[in-house]
Amino acid sequence: MTKTKKYLTLSGLEPLVVTPESNFINIGERTNVTGSRKFLRLIKEEKYNEAIEVARHQVEGGAQILDVNMDEGMLDGVYAMTTFLNLIASEPDIARIPVMIDSSKWEILEAGLKVVQGKSVVNSISLKEGETEFIRQAKLVKRYGAAVVVMAFDEVGQADNYQRRIDICKRSYDILVDVVNFPPQDIIFDPNIFPVATGLDEHRKNALDYFQATKWIRENLPYANVSGGVSNVSFSFRGNDAVREAMHSSFLYHAIQNGMNLGIVNPSMLEVYDEIDKDLLLCVEDVLFDRREDATDRLLDFAESVKGQKREEETAIQEWRNDPIQDRITHALVKGIDAFIIEDVEEARLMSNKPIDVIEGHLMIGMNVVGDLFGSGKMFLPQVVKSARVMKRAVAYLQPFIEAEKDGKQEFSGRILMATVKGDVHDIGKNIVSVVLGCNNYEIIDLGVMVPPEKIIEIAIKEKVDIIGLSGLITPSLDEMVYMSKELEKRDIKIPLIIGGATTSRAHSAVKIAPNYSHSVVHVNDASRAVTVVGNLLRKDNTVYKEQIREEYDKFREQFLKRGRQKEFISIEEARKNKFKIDWKNSEIVKPKQLGIQIIEDFDIKKLETYIDWSPFFRSWDLHGKYPDILNDVVVGSQATELFNDALELLKRIFDEKLLKAKAVFGLFPANTINDDDIELDLSSVSLSEVEDKEGKLNFLTLRQQSKKAEGKPNIALADFIAPKDSGRQDYIGAFCVSTGFGTQELATQFEANLDDYNAIMIKALADRLAEAFAEYLHKEVRTKHWSYAQNEDLSNAELIKESYKGIRPAPGYPACPDHLEKKTIWDLLNVDENIGVKLTESLAMWPAASVSGYYLGNPEARYFGLGKITEDQLKDYSKRRGISNEEARKWLNPNLAEN
Amino acid sequence: MSSIKQEIKKRILVLDGAMGTMLQQYNFTEEDFRGERFKNYPSSLKGNNDLLSITQPEAIAEVHRKYFEAGADIVETNTFSGTTIAMADYNLEELVYELNYESAKIAKQVADEFTKANPEKPRFVAGSIGPTNKTASLSPDVNRPEYRAITFDELRIAYKQQVEALIDGGVDVLLVETIFDTLNAKAALFAIEEVKETQNSDIPVMVSGTITDASGRTLSGQTVEAFLASISHIPLLSVGFNCALGAEQLKPYLQRLSIATDFYTSAHPNAGLPNAFGEYDQTPKQMQQLIEDYLQDGLINIIGGCCGTNPEHIKAIAEVAQNYKPREIVILA
Repeated sequence: MTKTKKYLTLSGLEPLVVTPESNFINIGERTNVTGSRKFLRLIKEEKYNEAIEVARHQVEGGAQILDVNMDEGMLDGVYAMTTFLNLIASEPDIARIPVMIDSSKWEILEAGLKVVQGKSVVNSISLKEGETEFIRQAKLVKRYGAAVVVMAFDEVGQADNYQRRIDICKRSYDILVDVVNFPPQDIIFDPNIFPVATGLDEHRKNALDYFQATKWIRENLPYANVSGGVSNVSFSFRGNDAVREAMHSSFLYHAIQNGMNLGIVNPSMLEVYDEIDKDLLLCVEDVLFDRREDATDRLLDFAESVKGQKREEETAIQEWRNDPIQDRITHALVKGIDAFIIEDVEEARLMSNKPIDVIEGHLMIGMNVVGDLFGSGKMFLPQVVKSARVMKRAVAYLQPFIEAEKDGKQEFSGRILMATVKGDVHDIGKNIVSVVLGCNNYEIIDLGVMVPPEKIIEIAIKEKVDIIGLSGLITPSLDEMVYMSKELEKRDIKIPLIIGGATTSRAHSAVKIAPNYSHSVVHVNDASRAVTVVGNLLRKDNTVYKEQIREEYDKFREQFLKRGRQKEFISIEEARKNKFKIDWKNSEIVKPKQLGIQIIEDFDIKKLETYIDWSPFFRSWDLHGKYPDILNDVVVGSQATELFNDALELLKRIFDEKLLKAKAVFGLFPANTINDDDIELDLSSVSLSEVEDKEGKLNFLTLRQQSKKAEGKPNIALADFIAPKDSGRQDYIGAFCVSTGFGTQELATQFEANLDDYNAIMIKALADRLAEAFAEYLHKEVRTKHWSYAQNEDLSNAELIKESYKGIRPAPGYPACPDHLEKKTIWDLLNVDENIGVKLTESLAMWPAASVSGYYLGNPEARYFGLGKITEDQLKDYSKRRGISNEEARKWLNPNLAEN
Repeated sequence: MSSIKQEIKKRILVLDGAMGTMLQQYNFTEEDFRGERFKNYPSSLKGNNDLLSITQPEAIAEVHRKYFEAGADIVETNTFSGTTIAMADYNLEELVYELNYESAKIAKQVADEFTKANPEKPRFVAGSIGPTNKTASLSPDVNRPEYRAITFDELRIAYKQQVEALIDGGVDVLLVETIFDTLNAKAALFAIEEVKETQNSDIPVMVSGTITDASGRTLSGQTVEAFLASISHIPLLSVGFNCALGAEQLKPYLQRLSIATDFYTSAHPNAGLPNAFGEYDQTPKQMQQLIEDYLQDGLINIIGGCCGTNPEHIKAIAEVAQNYKPREIVILA
């Protein structure tokens, strides 16, 4: 019996047969948390009914396959995938079409495969983790009865040129067909659609390579299909829909010509090929086919003209100076231009009855425009901070006149106390919120960082503040906030509390803080929301709002606490049995060239420029996107570029004038794992004048994952990456602390004195980036020189950011080892305070804030992981090992303890 | 000895008829169901037909014998409910291995008698694997559409036990039948593949779905072609339909199936639709005519009967089946 009818056949309640006569098969992409913010929000809030509507909308809109993706750090992907697929199975008009189960995690893919009755598609598997894993997954996909998307990805990385694309696809195909016996018609290759016209030379052939690889696959790998996510190609034109639509449709047109037969396309972002403006089409296709040296520039130029009046704006730059006085002041505030503000304010003052009228009239009118634009998402945070700078300078100019007239003070809308809590030194976010609130006519009393609770309460009472704002970044700060709420209640204070900062969350505020305090507690996660929240809290008739908030939090808490789906945990003994296993007989261990401690005192900070990871910098200013693409993003692109230029300018000053000092200390030591989870450092064999009285031994204590894992997945602790003592092999570990924070506070204070909050915040954000860059740099030095287990490493900065290097440098307080107490051990070991002057606060935050500390683990199998939650038995065991009481251990590890 | 894979190329194979209908004629009492072994069992066992393979093995062997005498090439083991999931109704989960193993042995013994007597017409045993009484892709609770009374893994584990016991007992082929929820069937197929891999076995597999009514869909909502796409990922001996409909109502779906698949096809329809009293009254002669219609159109490779059919029906079907050539596998270029 010869089987020759080899068409990809999928099914939901109805079949989908992909034949050569089929038109292009369109895969719906809105039910994907990584691609749709709305869908992510609905799934996060467990609003599954509304999420189903998104799916229905996709099907009604003509999607022939429904891509479902639940890959988001905060989601329980297995639960979300299972629940959502079960729900749409009950909706015949959705379940009609086949599902594409989309995840980068095998356990989520498998969870999806277990709940669909039809023939679905798995998206995706690849050779990324080697042939054995690839074969294992492919066999299971086949056994579950699904087709499969195979990414052009192998052990080395993603295929980024023509040859790699076809080599990897060919290799994958041969394994699937010959080894796994996978039906070739059930294979769908995704040969990577990458952006073009990014300005980088290595991206110029991205579209062309895709076309050619597609053609090759269809001609040389019988019955295989080709798919891809089309919108990637126009990534650098985000926001410019006209150009993007033209790019999508032209790309699709040529990709289909070359044999692409399925794809993820947003139908509403597609122009009809024949209706694309001929000039635009020419520019687009020059880029897609890399036909001219200047293709990208020409398309960019064209994009500008399509985008509209950009050029006219430039010519209009100085014209605003001829506008009436109010318009000029508003313009200066909105655009953040302080060049003319003093002369304009002076002009306004002369026209007004009283100088205070200029603040309450002209300036407030302008700031209201800023507030409205910011509130409606048309202005971005860095702009608002610049507006504030203009405002502050204007007010400062008027102040002497107001005092001279003695006709009263500026009328504020309210008085707000802001503080970073005890033990914490991080204040970028808090400062931004303060500035934004300041712009909205609130008087800010900023108590700075490491503020003890008694001081907050004392000032709050004395100054009769209307709201207390608490901020913090490290996990122990969460407990400080809980303590604050109890203290406020005890003293019968009735001031609303707003909570913000990186580790805070609505869940924590609702569950741990709000119940302690009879007055309002609101969690605020970004600066723009702070304005609305404060406005609502201070409204005259605010009782309804306050009740609403209280109800909302009560409900949220209830739901949160009774989420029926408790994670499953295993005992610490079981977890230890299921540790990450390394073949210690054969594992590569390199003895460091230099053992012992080394200090770097006066480091040339300029060297760090190329090591900076810029993406988090933009995030700290509420601009979201990846560097360098963010610079071309059409929503925030121009703002990001402006911010970036300002940053580079200040960076240049830092380098030229040596404004910041960088210091580091690090050490490499013989070490072995003992008792499963402890790493014992042997200091005796190293001559360490710096380490006194350590009796030759010192232990790092690591924590072990306890959540129940899928079969074959280990419960990891950092100790697993160091050879155990009984293996008989000597292993090594390193520790480090770097800082670029010396001088930051002084500079920030100077800027503040100059009424320049913008640069005061900027310097801190830059110092943070430099510290991370220093950590990256030093790690590389250690790998290639001091430890020298990776002498021939040659990685670009982008690859470093992606953590492509061998070995890891986990930091206490971060997911792999959330235990902040380990910092004390590192401080003891390296004498950090004495050697370079970085100190630890009582909550174990580092001071200066722009510092990074951690360990070096060199084993090739070592990798980053998240500890997740641990249970009481490990807590007990840990406190014994640490030699502290159960209560104290609980205090430090609280955020990682599973609820009972 | 010829294998079923060889025989199916030569002729149309005849499957047996209903087991339940035949057992009703014995009018077994609660005591009969219990036999000596379960005399003091705490709960009622009447109606647990699968249990009769242990307590009344002679009766089961007799039914198989009657079907072989009528001309059947394949009989199904008395194991339609032989999973821990279905046996939970009687608290007899522990008995699953024994039930399947003994049922397979009884059927195999009878089959061997007939093959020995007439080696020209070898007889086969199909291990019957029912759908269980729970659905993996439908919620039993309309207010909780995301809820499932059973998971894929629970089904997979239960089916694996049944499949191992059937193979140990000596069945020639496995028959996953009366599929009203395709996800249940996929779990059974997954389990079968696991067992085949660990035992290095190449046992053939038949799959038979159930179109519940004139909507032309399975209970879980799939069309013929969608159902087919969902179960074709492993090599099957045959795919077909059984139960719920009579031969007449089933025909259009068999036509569609026959066009869409290049596996062999099977059908074992009911003896018409039930009458007002829930009885099947289609005569062997009537059913024979309808089946002949299938044969004339070349739709079928394996043909038998489901609810309401007895050896008389099978005899009539076997008579007419020998006059026709089996369906040819369509080779589409």
